Amino acid sequence: MSALLEVSGVSVSFDGFRAIDNLTFAIGAAELRAVIGPNGAGKTTFMDIVTGKTRPDRGRVVWGETSRDLTALSESRIAQLGIGRKFQRPTVFEDQSVADNLMLALKKDRGPLAVLAFRPSAADRARIADLADEIGLAGALDRKAGELSHGQKQWLEIGMLLAQDPRLLLVDEPAAGMTPAERAHTADLLIEAARTRAVVVVEHDMEFVRRLGCRVTVLHEGSVLAEGSIDRVTSDARVIEVYLGR
Amino acid sequence: MTDAAAPAPRRRPLALRHPSAVVFLALLALFTVGVTLLAEGMGTGAISTSFVKTLGKTLCLCLVALAMDLVWGYCGILSLGHMAFFGIGGYAIGMWLMYARTEIIVVQSLAAQPLPPTPDEIADGIAGQIFGVVGASEFPPIWAFAHSLPLQLAAVVLVPGLLALVFGWLAFRSRVTGVYLSILTQAMTLALALYLFQNDSGLRGNNGLSGLQNLPGLDHVPQATVSLWFFWASAAALALGYLLCLRVVSGKFGSVIRAIRDDEARVRFLGYPVETYKLVVFTLTAVIAGIAGALYYPQAGIVNPAEIAPIASIYLAVWVAIGGRGRLYGAVIGAAAVSLLSTWFTGGQAPDLHLFGVTLRWVDWWTVLLGLSFVAVTLLAPKGLGGLVDLIAARRPPERHGADLGPDQGALREREADR
Repeated sequence: MSALLEVSGVSVSFDGFRAIDNLTFAIGAAELRAVIGPNGAGKTTFMDIVTGKTRPDRGRVVWGETSRDLTALSESRIAQLGIGRKFQRPTVFEDQSVADNLMLALKKDRGPLAVLAFRPSAADRARIADLADEIGLAGALDRKAGELSHGQKQWLEIGMLLAQDPRLLLVDEPAAGMTPAERAHTADLLIEAARTRAVVVVEHDMEFVRRLGCRVTVLHEGSVLAEGSIDRVTSDARVIEVYLGR
Repeated sequence: MTDAAAPAPRRRPLALRHPSAVVFLALLALFTVGVTLLAEGMGTGAISTSFVKTLGKTLCLCLVALAMDLVWGYCGILSLGHMAFFGIGGYAIGMWLMYARTEIIVVQSLAAQPLPPTPDEIADGIAGQIFGVVGASEFPPIWAFAHSLPLQLAAVVLVPGLLALVFGWLAFRSRVTGVYLSILTQAMTLALALYLFQNDSGLRGNNGLSGLQNLPGLDHVPQATVSLWFFWASAAALALGYLLCLRVVSGKFGSVIRAIRDDEARVRFLGYPVETYKLVVFTLTAVIAGIAGALYYPQAGIVNPAEIAPIASIYLAVWVAIGGRGRLYGAVIGAAAVSLLSTWFTGGQAPDLHLFGVTLRWVDWWTVLLGLSFVAVTLLAPKGLGGLVDLIAARRPPERHGADLGPDQGALREREADR
C-alpha cells in the first residue's frame, strides 16, 4: 500500500527547543491512526507542519500520488489539496449559523470571484442537510454556532471537515470535554470517516484511543517512540516509562 | 426551523431577504425628493444652496462610511487610511475641473491678441495661472492627463485602487494584522499628506485645488442647480454603493469575510486564500472611497492635503463605530448623524453653554463631546446607533423556553438565553 502522506526526517526548533526531532511518519489512503504522547511530545507541532502553519527546518513532507512537497505551500493551498484539520478547541464561526458554517466548508472553488458568484444548488443544500444529520445537528441548521454546546461545536467542526471532503483528516483531541455519550458518537464518526480517507487522531485519553481500535503512534520528545496496536504500545516498556506510568 | 433542508427552495425576492435595504433605499429616495422640492434650485427655496451642498457632502461621507464598514465591520481590517483614498478621488477630479476651467479663462484672455495663441502659449498660460501660487510655471508630469475628463475619471478609480492593491499586497502578504496594520495604514496616510503639503509635489502644496464648485463651461448654470446635480449624483452613488456592499456581504463571500474577521487562521485551514480576500475587500473599498471623494470635493469646492491627514480617517472609524459596525445602515446612520452634528456644533450655530460662570463654546468642545460619545458607545452600546433599530424592530433573541441548549459546558443556559 502506498502512503498518502509521508513525513520523513523532519525537524523543527523554536528558540533552540527541538519540538520535532527527525520525525518519520506515513499513513495510507484509507487508514485510521491515533497519535498519543505526553505534553510537549510534538503532537500539535506535527499537525502544524503538515498543514503548513509551521515550516520545518529540515526534512520532507510528501503528499499523494504526485509526491508533492508540502513544505513549500501555503496553508490554504495545502487545505485545497485535501488536508483538513480540526483544532483542539472547537473553532467554529460562532457568529454564523450552523448551515453557513457547513456551507463555508463545503468543497467548492475557494477563489474570491467564484465565491462571489456562488449560489447554493439543491444538491449543495441536500449535502448540508445530510451532513447535519450525520453530526446530529439536523434540527439546529439555523441556529448560530455560538449557541451550541461544547460537544455540539466539536461535532459541527467535524461536520465542517467532512464537508471539505479531505483525503486526510487531522483531528486534535476530539473527545476533550465531551460526555461519555458524545465520545461514543465521536468515535463512530471518526471510524466511519476513515473508511474512505486517512484520519489522524491526536488524543490523550487512552480509553478513547482504545475505542478507535486502530494503529497507534507514540510520540516522545519530537520523534516516534513506538508504533503498533494499542495493546502492543501499552505494553512497551519505554512507553510505560515516559507516558503511561505517570 | 425554515426550509433550509428542503430541496431547491426558490430564492426569495430581495425585499424579503433584506428588508433593511428596502427601507434604506426608500428613505433615501424620499429624502432626495424632499430636498429637491425644498431646494432653491428647483423647489420652494426653504433649503439654502449651501445646505443642499452640506447634505450632498453628507451623502458622500455616508458612502465612504459604507466602504469603511465593509473593510472594518465585516472584514475586520481597521484601516486608518480610507480617507486618503477619498482625498485622492477628490484630487483626481479636481485636477480636471481646475485645468479645464483655467483653460477657458486663458483662451478668453488670449483671444484679444492680434495673433491666435499657439497651444504652447495656452499651456503656459494655464500653468502660470494654476501654479503661480507655488512659484512654478510649468506643468508637473502628474498633470499629464488633466486635460481629459475621461482619463481623470479613470484616475478616480484607478489611483486609489492601485495604491490600495500595492499597499495591501505588501501588508497582507507579510501577514500584518490588527493594530500593526492600522498603524501601517496610518503611516501611509501621513506620508501621503506630508508629501502633498510640499509645494513641489505638483499639486499646489497646502493650497490644494480650489474653485472646484465651478463646472467648466457651465458658468451660466447657477450654483443652486449645480448643487442639486451633485446632490442627486451623491444619492445615486450611495444607493448603488449600498446595493454593491449588500451584494458583497450577503452571500457566501460575506460569510467568508466575516469568518476572516473572527478567525482568519481557521479560514486558511478551510482552504480559502485569506490574503487574496483581504486584498479584494481593501481594494474594492478604496475604489468606493475614491468615487465618494470625487463627488464630495466638487461640492466642498476645495481639496487640500489637510483633508488626507490621518485624523480624517480616524473620524471615519469613529463614525462607523458610533453608527454600528457590521451592518450597512449603521455606517450610514453614524456618518450622517455625526458629520451633520459636527457641522452644527462647529458652525457656531449651537448655543454656548453657561455653566457656573464658565462659557462652554461648542466650537472648541465639540471634539471632547465626540470623544466621550465614542468611548460611551464602545463601552456601553457596542452595536452603536444601528443597535437602536434592533430595539425598534424588537429583534430580541428567539424564545428558547424548553429548547435544547446543549447539555455541556459552553452552551448558553436557558436563563442566559432568556435575557
